Amino acid sequence: MLIYIAKRLIYTLPIMLGVAFVCFLLVHMAPGDPLVSVLPPDASENLKQQMMVLYGFDRPYYEQFFRWLGRAITGDLGSSIRTNRPVSVEVAKAVWNTLTLATLATFIGFVLGTFFGFVAGYFRDTWLDKLASFVSVIGVSVPHYWLGMLLVIVFAAQLGWLPPTGAGPGGSEAWQWDWEHVRHMILPAITMSVIPMGIIARTVRALVAEILSQEFIAGLRAKGLGDWGVFKHVVKNAAPTALAVMGIQLGYLLGGSILIETVFSWPGTGLLLNDAIFQRDLPVLQGTILVLSIFFVLLNLVVDVMQTALDPRIQRS
Amino acid sequence: MQDVSTGQVVLEPIQRSPGYWATVWTRFKRDPVAVGAGLVVIALVLMAIFAPYIAPQDPYKGMALRRLRPPGTEGYPLGTDELGRDMLSRLIYGARLSLFMGVTPVLMALVAGAAIGITAGYTGGWVNTLLMRIVDIFFAFPSVLLAIALSGALGAGIANGLISLTVVFIPPIARVAESVTTSVRTRDYVEAARASGAGSLAIIRKHVLGNVLGPIFVYAMSLIAVCMILASGLSFLGLGVKPPEPEWGLMLNTLRTAIYTQPLLCALPGLMIFITSIAFNLLTDGLRSAMDLKA
Repeated sequence: MLIYIAKRLIYTLPIMLGVAFVCFLLVHMAPGDPLVSVLPPDASENLKQQMMVLYGFDRPYYEQFFRWLGRAITGDLGSSIRTNRPVSVEVAKAVWNTLTLATLATFIGFVLGTFFGFVAGYFRDTWLDKLASFVSVIGVSVPHYWLGMLLVIVFAAQLGWLPPTGAGPGGSEAWQWDWEHVRHMILPAITMSVIPMGIIARTVRALVAEILSQEFIAGLRAKGLGDWGVFKHVVKNAAPTALAVMGIQLGYLLGGSILIETVFSWPGTGLLLNDAIFQRDLPVLQGTILVLSIFFVLLNLVVDVMQTALDPRIQRS
Repeated sequence: MQDVSTGQVVLEPIQRSPGYWATVWTRFKRDPVAVGAGLVVIALVLMAIFAPYIAPQDPYKGMALRRLRPPGTEGYPLGTDELGRDMLSRLIYGARLSLFMGVTPVLMALVAGAAIGITAGYTGGWVNTLLMRIVDIFFAFPSVLLAIALSGALGAGIANGLISLTVVFIPPIARVAESVTTSVRTRDYVEAARASGAGSLAIIRKHVLGNVLGPIFVYAMSLIAVCMILASGLSFLGLGVKPPEPEWGLMLNTLRTAIYTQPLLCALPGLMIFITSIAFNLLTDGLRSAMDLKA
């Protein structure tokens, strides 16, 4: 077990380095001068040269990369071209908002997804299975940004029950646990929960059906174990994989929140990315993507280790 | 067989067992949901191909006086958009770019991913390690984030959108291709082929491709729905397809301002994306269970 964790860690380090390198390349892939958003269009050649030296763009790529990486490790991601504030501060605030939303969405998705998955797996090939499976296919097929718009149309524009955008009253960005703030969270959280709901439901259905068809279940039944007792065994066997899928889904939601946050103007990483892209704020773009993807790699690591700890039958090489 | 009484040889009709694909087809036909989904996909493709003949109006021609008419307006069965263009025509034409952006990246990723995966799996050794570690790095990104990061850095446009989406789908396909190739490479019949003098290319063409293409084809098909949603999502954000082209994601974006005045109208482009992606998902599910002969 310890050897596995150590191996997994050693394997993760080069991946993280590679991820950082891709993030670094993003800025250099961008068309045009990297200084285009800092300098006025009529800047003199001389000024341009000075700025190139100041930002270190005159150095060879590998040197720029290691300098950038060294600063990034110490938490210095440069400063935003738009607001001039440190990128790390902006990203930290946004990550917290997105994490709050994504955690709630993953929770809703997990509860509904396991419910539909269990129903479908237990009553396989009955109309209940077909219904539950259909709901989960809808979950993975619906364009979630469109679903968000539909919810806004129905619950905000037509019924007026819930606010259409923002994270709090008066565009407040500081999250608090009060009803006004929770009200703002309901629609984006439900929209976001649909994706993990569909995927978890499909996974759980396959898991439950597979476990129920195994011989030990028949053995337990033959020994006189009731439905409830068998159910507990199924839960115990399905839990590690279902929880692992949930963990990965949280990571996907964090990285993929941009569309939903754009629909609801939720002040998280997605909205930050959106602003950064359209205002050519490359340091913010680079920093946000670096933080989110490193988070995703670490989350995968944690999920893998936890799954192995929960389910010792899993053979890892 | 010999007939004992007459001593004549009687030939019994040979019962040929149907081939793999014929069996799959028979099983597929029995699944009404999958057949229905397949018909919807065919209808959408036909709509895209024959858009100029079906669409009642020019999808680019706007009328400033007829902006944002609700569905059911005379002459405009599905209403008009924010520039007074006919919604029905734009939705029909939209199938062209939306399907193109949904299918092309998967096809390109299928070719590139299969090439990478087969090369890595067949060669083994350090080539495998090198190729698959690079694939792992791209696999380590959440897919939506990678697509948005790439097209955000490259800028809006159809070509940049296609490149970003292709890069997103290469790693998962390459992984499947690599694992199948690695398992095929060590099989006895491949060893036998090699021992009898077959070259690498011949082995790859006959044995590896035959085993690899089935799984990655079905896998790639399941990615089309994901790619449709992602591609339209890029256009929805303002990356990907640029105005005035009719594309469902972009239409959803430009109609967002009318969410309070014409809610039904705003919902239509998203409905098209939804129908397309659910049809592809159900079709893939049906194909997968039809191909899984053990079940």
